[in-house]
Amino acid sequence: MKVLVPIKRVVDYNVKIRVKADQTGVDLANVKMSMNPFDEIGVEEAIRLKEKGVVTEIIAVSVGPQATQETIRTALAMGADRGILVKVDHEIEALTVAKILAGIAKAEQPQLIILGKQAIDDDSNQTGQMLAQLLGWGQGTFASKVVVEGGKAEVTREVDGGLQTLRLNLPAIITTDLRLNEPRYASLPNIMKAKKKPIDEKSPADYGVDPAPLLKVLKVTEPPKRKGGSKVKTVQELVDKLKNEAGVI
Amino acid sequence: MAVLLIAEHDNTSLKDSTVKSMTAAKALGSPVDILVAGHNAKAVADAATKIAGAGKVLLADDAQYAQQLAENMAALVVELAGKYDAVLSPASTSGKNFMPRVAAALNVPQISEIISVDGPDTFTRPIYAGNALQQVQAGAGKKVITVRSTAFKAAELNGSAAVETIGAAKGPGVSEFVKDELSKSERPELASARVVVSGGRGMQSGENFHLLEKIADRLKAAVGASRAAVDAGFVPNDYQVGQTGKVVAPELYIAVGISGAIQHLAGMKDSKVIVAINKDEEAPIFQVADYGLVADLFKAVPELDDELKKQGY
Ligand SMILES: Cc1cc2nc3c(=O)[nH]c(=O)nc-3n(C[C@H](O)[C@H](O)[C@H](O)COP(=O)(O)OP(=O)(O)OC[C@H]3O[C@@H](n4cnc5c(N)ncnc54)[C@H](O)[C@@H]3O)c2cc1C
Ligand SMILES: Nc1ncnc2c1ncn2[C@@H]1O[C@H](COP(=O)(O)O)[C@@H](O)[C@H]1O
Repeated sequence: MKVLVPIKRVVDYNVKIRVKADQTGVDLANVKMSMNPFDEIGVEEAIRLKEKGVVTEIIAVSVGPQATQETIRTALAMGADRGILVKVDHEIEALTVAKILAGIAKAEQPQLIILGKQAIDDDSNQTGQMLAQLLGWGQGTFASKVVVEGGKAEVTREVDGGLQTLRLNLPAIITTDLRLNEPRYASLPNIMKAKKKPIDEKSPADYGVDPAPLLKVLKVTEPPKRKGGSKVKTVQELVDKLKNEAGVI
Repeated sequence: MAVLLIAEHDNTSLKDSTVKSMTAAKALGSPVDILVAGHNAKAVADAATKIAGAGKVLLADDAQYAQQLAENMAALVVELAGKYDAVLSPASTSGKNFMPRVAAALNVPQISEIISVDGPDTFTRPIYAGNALQQVQAGAGKKVITVRSTAFKAAELNGSAAVETIGAAKGPGVSEFVKDELSKSERPELASARVVVSGGRGMQSGENFHLLEKIADRLKAAVGASRAAVDAGFVPNDYQVGQTGKVVAPELYIAVGISGAIQHLAGMKDSKVIVAINKDEEAPIFQVADYGLVADLFKAVPELDDELKKQGY
């Protein structure tokens, strides 16, 4: 079966971002960009399913500017077979991405689409669920374990109270959580091989989708800074302050 | 503006997050009806009638809502949404699971994890692990919103709404529940506890979390953790506090053996008072701590236990 793995190019999780002085957004000039960490987990899971013989082809898909090619190459170097880049030059919202991905799913007919649970830039946590609705498929979000067997996917999910296991008809949507796997690093020979793997270039119009923004961003500001940094010398002083100064115990 | 608020519950008790989300819902308009979708969940609906500001409480009591599977929940909410201008849910793992499906079905964007209602169509939400705040204005369609409940005060509980029983909607039948493995604890819930004691990689093992549990028991606190502690298997996944775990804002947050990565801070930096115990005085957690103690936790935590005991906690 085919698997689609949507991946997003985001500011690397180690970067401390800065809000632009004119409040129009976050400063992305010369900032290190990487694959969204949850999407690396998605690529890894697809590769493991291929190694188990469940999956035959892995297609890495990204919606973003030309530079997103690099992110798709990273997925190809990890082990994806081919890529699709849907070119959009501005920031794009979850619903629009989901509509584009639904168009790709109709063209490619995958049995499984594995997304990240959350993009660490917009922290939306929506795209996979929206895509599932648009396609009329079942969803296993926040997955920490996936078993594909007998035309079904059994997905264990990380939920507020602990874990929950579901059984989904295929085709289905899965979104990854942190404990699903530990993504591999691409080896040098695989990085070289990835250069020859194909990446198709498409536009939202190819899928009949208008990429215009749906929400208007009025401003982006810095959160209020916390005044921390005070120290206590002893446990006794700590307890005294919590009781008599802060009054929280 | 008619608003529908979807209750968060476990079929027995109504979660505090619903009561807090009511404050966001009321800021949008009225009436605010509350949907309780569950199985044998009459007690939850009764509890919801007490939330001040509730118009009526809609109870959809059916086996298919026992675990609130996303597909079934979305089908029900979409069916009800016709009568409402805005649909809200707490941004719990359950709300995050079905609400985007509702938004997609209604062909509108979802506004995730709002922390304030700035106008009838204008909201603020954190992005980049809370390192930036984005103010967005929604378009003309229905509003689908998840609420970061820790950012809102709880509504009063002196209401007296009526319960109206409604039928189930037809779900697509593409998923089925297999099992739950829920963590059992006598302690308060992490998301709503007044005091939280969290441990990180510095704890070294799951056993050592007993040191924190003793403190938690004295202070009637919940126990939380960093991602590193969860990944290492010291504690279950539902202990994780942070950007991609739970967001907490207790009166007192005690971080023990946690360095203070931005992803962790994202989940606790709105706590009223933060205490950090860490042996590395350069640890970034100290920059947000009101009371930092540079010490080996294996010495400091037992001492803290003794001191609290001495003071009668
Ligand atoms: C996509 C993504 C999502 C993430 N989401 C989250 C999230 O939701 N929540 C989260 O917490 N993290 C999250 N992280 C991980 C985060 O980046 C950090 O790796 C993590 O928070 C570190 O955990 P820690 O502070 O326990 O460990 P470390 O950074 O290793 O810190 C351990 C600390 O313990 C101290 N210590 C060690 N021994 C002792 C001792 N004996 N006495 C006192 N102090 C001691 C050390 O000085 C150190 O400061 C995420 C990362 C990514 C990439
Ligand atoms: N522009 C994009 N291109 C490809 N995949 C995306 C894009 N945006 C979001 N996704 C996928 O959707 C997941 C959740 O993103 P979000 O809903 O924005 O938090 C990500 O982890 C990706 O798998």
